[in-house]
Amino acid sequence: MARAIARAFAGAGHPVQLAARDPARLEADKADLETRFGVEVSLHEFDALDTDSHAAFVGGLPDLPDIAVCVVGYMGEQSENIADARAAARVLRSNLEGPASILERLAAAMSARGSGTLVGISSVAGDRGRASNYVYGAAKAGFTAYLSGLRNRLSAENVHVVTVLPGFVRTAMTEGMDLPERLTAEPEEVGAAIVQAVKKRRNIIYVRPIWRLVMAVIRNIPEPIFKKTKL
Amino acid sequence: MTQLSGWGRYPRVEADIVRARSEADVAAAIEGGALIPRGNGRSYGDSAIGPKVLDMRGLDRMISFEDGVLVAEAGVLLSDIVQTFLPRGWFLPVTPGTRFVTLGGAIAADVHGKNHHLDGSFCDFVDWAEVMGPDGTVTRLAPGDDAFDWLRGGMGLTGIVLRAALRLRPVESGWIVQDSVAAKDLDAAIDGFEARLDAPYAVAWIDGLATGDQLGRSILLFGRHATPDDLSADRRARPFAIPRRRKLSVPVTLPGVALNRVTVGAFNAAYYARGAARAGRQIVDWDRYFYPLDAIGDWTRIYGPKGFLQFQCVLPLETSRDGLRAALTKIAASGQASFLSVLKRMGPQNGRFSFPFEGYTLALDFPVNDRSLALMHALDEITLAHGGRLYLAKDARMPAEVLAKADPRAADFASYRREAGLSAAFASAQSERLGL
Repeated sequence: MARAIARAFAGAGHPVQLAARDPARLEADKADLETRFGVEVSLHEFDALDTDSHAAFVGGLPDLPDIAVCVVGYMGEQSENIADARAAARVLRSNLEGPASILERLAAAMSARGSGTLVGISSVAGDRGRASNYVYGAAKAGFTAYLSGLRNRLSAENVHVVTVLPGFVRTAMTEGMDLPERLTAEPEEVGAAIVQAVKKRRNIIYVRPIWRLVMAVIRNIPEPIFKKTKL
Repeated sequence: MTQLSGWGRYPRVEADIVRARSEADVAAAIEGGALIPRGNGRSYGDSAIGPKVLDMRGLDRMISFEDGVLVAEAGVLLSDIVQTFLPRGWFLPVTPGTRFVTLGGAIAADVHGKNHHLDGSFCDFVDWAEVMGPDGTVTRLAPGDDAFDWLRGGMGLTGIVLRAALRLRPVESGWIVQDSVAAKDLDAAIDGFEARLDAPYAVAWIDGLATGDQLGRSILLFGRHATPDDLSADRRARPFAIPRRRKLSVPVTLPGVALNRVTVGAFNAAYYARGAARAGRQIVDWDRYFYPLDAIGDWTRIYGPKGFLQFQCVLPLETSRDGLRAALTKIAASGQASFLSVLKRMGPQNGRFSFPFEGYTLALDFPVNDRSLALMHALDEITLAHGGRLYLAKDARMPAEVLAKADPRAADFASYRREAGLSAAFASAQSERLGL
């Protein structure tokens, strides 16, 4: 998904900074963005879970980006997340603590500059906890709330925050899952939707509009009924 | 497990699909037992289906572009190559009739295009390919290497292409100067091709339902890349900008009876009349010229729920007239509707197991039913009797004996696979069916 998002921005002419734990693994993606779109691409080492390093990471970037997209996520296995507190902590840290930390550092730098856009990839799983994946759901619910608060705080400082709720996407994370065709987006759709959302300064987007309806229904099922469903 | 088919939606098999996103994924998949790599699923029959399928579309990065040579991963689509490089003045050196195929798939099928008679097939423009073998080692193969010769046209059965270097063609515009010529019968069509062997691109639409004096009547389309001088002033100013085509689609699968002798016969007659009336020179954009069907999403749905079959043979020059006449007579007599029929002059054979050789190739679509299958069986016999062979990238049903008789190279290919230890690692529904 990160690759598709990077391509969408590079395709719109933006130079791109890619940050990941092992930047050497991104060499081919750097070459791809340069070859396809002729934009400048740089690679940076970044560990979402090493929150102590985040301030230095932001300070060390050659240029503070105009737009930063946080595509950090880890689902794990629900059964393991329930049984093992450490597995649950990893899910909570990867989806909430790490992303919140890096966005907060970027927010500080952007509000000091007086401009910028932050994009957080959260999840519809955070709209309501479900038996099948509520550890991941809880982490994403927290992240969605965090993004909402951040947007609220930064609205006076010309820094915009976009919350992206992709729905199902055909990626490594959903590999092997049997997903309904109409609800499942290709990574390219996510990329295009984010570029649009940034341009139009949208607040919260569902990549496929049908998800807005699906989640409205799911959120509004009364709890006495919801608790008996298998979703 | 998922139901998987080729572009013709026939046959369908239960497949375990593994998606590769990195070289390590490919190596891990190979360790897990026999599989077939799959690109964008545009081969018509069972070339890229089987019990275990490795989806290569996740490996889709372009690595470099220097002096007209693009290095890219196997899952890059030819459509992406056109989109990226045509605005910079480069086009595909060879392109099949759809641009929605992957680089790896184009190499595996050694696809050909409208310029085969002059330029050869896709792999004639591949400088090298990096291929993963059964033990996970990666070898860079180049023309002249034995293994490269088996790779091209080897249908993914000799190893998995990870990356390749493709020489693109410099062009001065995105427009094609097209000359269309009506040929009233088969002889006129073949004479028409032979008279214009110097045309960079040549292909004919042929009426598969015409009979008697009109047997084999065709519209021949010759083309070349337009230079600035060919273009009007406004197009010359932006030679690579072409009008956007509206994307059409076939919203539902039509019932199998929608195509029949009457409807298709009427379509073909109208198409021929229109082609004959419009004969002459036209400037058309690359999209319309090379990929008329790409504008219609899911066009295969017109063939009904059971899917369709494509028959594509190539016959040697010496027997082309007789063989094509026999085939067209059989097709017209059967009344089986085919309206996407193509005739084309091919150049010499280059690959060790590639489809093309010098002569004429005929390609026709039929809806899947018993009569079509019987007709194709008869066409197999006509092909064999005239020294021809069939195209594996289109094939879904040829019996193994037909392949063995048509193409003695198949036995060599199978023994190469056995001796190199490839048979246990790479297998498709097609390779099992044909004993490759």
